[in-house]
Amino acid sequence: MMDDRFARFEARREKYKELSDEALKAHFWDLCDQIVAPIVDLARTHTSPSIERSVLLRMGIDSQKAHGVVDRVQQAGLLGKGAGHVLLRLAEKRGSDVREAAEAILVDKDVLVGLFATPPGSQDEEVK
Amino acid sequence: MKAQKPLNPQQKMDIEAILNDLENYRPIRKGWTWRKVLEDGIEMGPFHFHNMSEPLKNSIGLPASKYFDQIDPQPECVITTEIASGRFEDDLRRMRMAAWHGADHLMVIRTTGQSHIDGLMEGTPEGVGGVPITRKQLRASRKACDLIEEEVGRPINFHSYVSGVAGPEVAVLFAEEGVNGAHQDPQYNVLYRNINMYRSFVDAAEAKFVMTAGEIFQIDGAHNANATAKAGWLVMPELLVQHGINCAYSIASGMPKELIGLSTVPPNAPPAPKLWYDLPYAVALRDIFSDFKMRAQQNTRYIESDIEEAIRTHTIDTLISMLTSADIQSTITPDEGRNVPWHYNNIRGVQTVKQTWSALDGIKELLSLKMDGPLGEMARDIKERAVAFLEEILEVGGYFAAVEQGFFVDSALYPERSGDGIARDGQGGVAANSIVPRDPDYLAPVCAHFGDNHLPEGLENPCDLIDGCTLCHPEKIVYIDELDPEDSADRRLEQTYPYRKGGLIRPEAEWAGDGTVLVQLMVPESEEYAREAGLEIARRMGLEDPQVINLMVLHPAEGCFLEVKGKVTFDIDRDTLKIPPKVELLPEEELREAVKQVGLKVVAGTVGEDEHSVGMREILDIKHGGIEKYGVKYHYLGTSVPVSKLIDAAIETGAHAILISTIISHNDIHRQQMKKLAELCLEKGIRDQVILIAGGTQVTPDMAAETGLDATFGRGTKGIHVVDSMVKTLKKRGVL
Repeated sequence: MMDDRFARFEARREKYKELSDEALKAHFWDLCDQIVAPIVDLARTHTSPSIERSVLLRMGIDSQKAHGVVDRVQQAGLLGKGAGHVLLRLAEKRGSDVREAAEAILVDKDVLVGLFATPPGSQDEEVK
Repeated sequence: MKAQKPLNPQQKMDIEAILNDLENYRPIRKGWTWRKVLEDGIEMGPFHFHNMSEPLKNSIGLPASKYFDQIDPQPECVITTEIASGRFEDDLRRMRMAAWHGADHLMVIRTTGQSHIDGLMEGTPEGVGGVPITRKQLRASRKACDLIEEEVGRPINFHSYVSGVAGPEVAVLFAEEGVNGAHQDPQYNVLYRNINMYRSFVDAAEAKFVMTAGEIFQIDGAHNANATAKAGWLVMPELLVQHGINCAYSIASGMPKELIGLSTVPPNAPPAPKLWYDLPYAVALRDIFSDFKMRAQQNTRYIESDIEEAIRTHTIDTLISMLTSADIQSTITPDEGRNVPWHYNNIRGVQTVKQTWSALDGIKELLSLKMDGPLGEMARDIKERAVAFLEEILEVGGYFAAVEQGFFVDSALYPERSGDGIARDGQGGVAANSIVPRDPDYLAPVCAHFGDNHLPEGLENPCDLIDGCTLCHPEKIVYIDELDPEDSADRRLEQTYPYRKGGLIRPEAEWAGDGTVLVQLMVPESEEYAREAGLEIARRMGLEDPQVINLMVLHPAEGCFLEVKGKVTFDIDRDTLKIPPKVELLPEEELREAVKQVGLKVVAGTVGEDEHSVGMREILDIKHGGIEKYGVKYHYLGTSVPVSKLIDAAIETGAHAILISTIISHNDIHRQQMKKLAELCLEKGIRDQVILIAGGTQVTPDMAAETGLDATFGRGTKGIHVVDSMVKTLKKRGVL
């Protein structure tokens, strides 16, 4: 196994001999792009408690309340909808603003029940 | 927001006033600022500089600047100093001092453990090894930076860290509060903070996107590999790989190249042949990453407790920056190897860069790197190994697989492996299994949100749904003052009030009133005895909690140099100090008139076995602003002149005064020479007819009375002081 690694390394170096500094540099960046592409896709299609809290901060919810709201949204299996989305929908339903909606979630997490017409899929459990 | 009163250089910064009204504070600008560099260089004093930026309005130059018209050349690169005392309210003063010495990138280290806190911290609790980064702390610090940059006349870049499990929130906080620069590198979280790899990268894309919106300059964390690996100089191919991954990931997350900086450290240190590793590495890096900014950091891996050793290594690090390039030159406080940086060592770090940059100004116009030899070959070797490393990452299934297999921070030269790399489990680490797929109707109604976002059609801004987010409408930001008023800056400031505003004085190194002092001593004993003797000496000097923080063996048996820190527990009442009155000089015109009236003549010379003449020439010569400038005629007898010869010359020429200089002195010879001058004049019966004046680096004004002279002068004396004293003596004697 180890010998294989070194043999492959030597083979790679042989190949690089034909590359100018510029070509080697271009190859370096091409490889980096290939490595990060699937990770960027992962980021594009996933979210996290911190991302959702950062959304709530931008909606004018303070850090303490954002934490409590995201915890409850997560417990309700709604993180995949977006915590901001949840607040927006709840505010709409209650005819209030998003800050009041955040307060409402902190007072009683059951306000989240049935908020989305289609119940959230079990995919919330599917974690990479 | 109320306009703030500008700082007065003669007064301390009012910390309480800075903490006041923070709920209404808004940063005055966003984004990073580079120094202003003139293409054709800059004239300063007698010199032309090639690599210097615009000078400061207020600053303190290197000690030798007094010989060069007080110039204080400012390198073209931004200069960083790291700040980490644990009490940000005390750091504000440290920031001001560092800015006066030329720092314009103030990097605040976070308190231990903040990267593992899942959320934002609030208030102003005390930190350990850094400060808790909070909205209040950021506002107070940025507000102080506003005042400081106005005082020194150059924008200050304020910087901290967007890492840990709360990266996106911290990024939003920084964008809202006008933080100018930040570290962000998901690999750092994974490798050094054991944060789950998927979480770290998913969060990083959001954080980078937010930073871009906030125009926050990003610095990566790759250099930690050579600060961590046992043989830091062998991980160079991996460093290129880590830089490459973070740069590519940042670009893919929407960050422009102008905002991306590489944190790079020359990996080796003497007694290793540093240049043979660090130079090819620096060349290879700058070649591959030519589109990005270089933040050159100084080596920390091999810093020991010896400050001078650290400074020497950092000087060579700075040389490497100058031979290659650096957009930001960071400094490491040279005491980092022995304690949390003391504030005056921030200044020493900055001075190392300033001094090296001045000394080597324009070096690239005088020297060039010899690429057609070992340097070019070694640089190419590093690049090829890095490319092969990247290919192997793809071969094993990508980045996450490579991390699981311990590809990173292995201390061998790739492709060799020591097997001591840091391997992480994709299902493990802090916040494992915490990322969630976005549903098909996922929505986030805010700006600067990365990734899939199913906004309704026809919106101009995503935040239109909520009538604006905090990035567009800062008035929506919710300010939290304190969560625990007992652990707050206000409480700490109450305790240190006497030392800041109450008229009591105590020395300090980290915090106001900490009482910390450093004693340097040579103990003529072996290491074991010297250490214990040092502690005992410190105790008898009245120092509490003494610790030996540096010991250098001078010889196994003959002795050791050691540095002992401790604390003094007494206070000095400022009002009880007797400040020697400042001598009011007579107006220049009056001096010239008096000199002319008597035709003032002097004889002068350096006495004793002393060949130094610089100080005396400065007192005499017209070109240095010496006594000649005021019309005094002098007869200079040279160096190593016997006192009797000076007296004979004075009698012969009818001089009004004898000026002697004693620069270097051992065993009080300077005192003896001064006394001898007075005694011999008495013997010859001319004491009342001549003015006797002595000067030298070890001479002080109060020595005149003791030695029987008319006046004595120490460091910093100018010709005008000597003329003034002669004219005053003549007046006293009734000659004028």
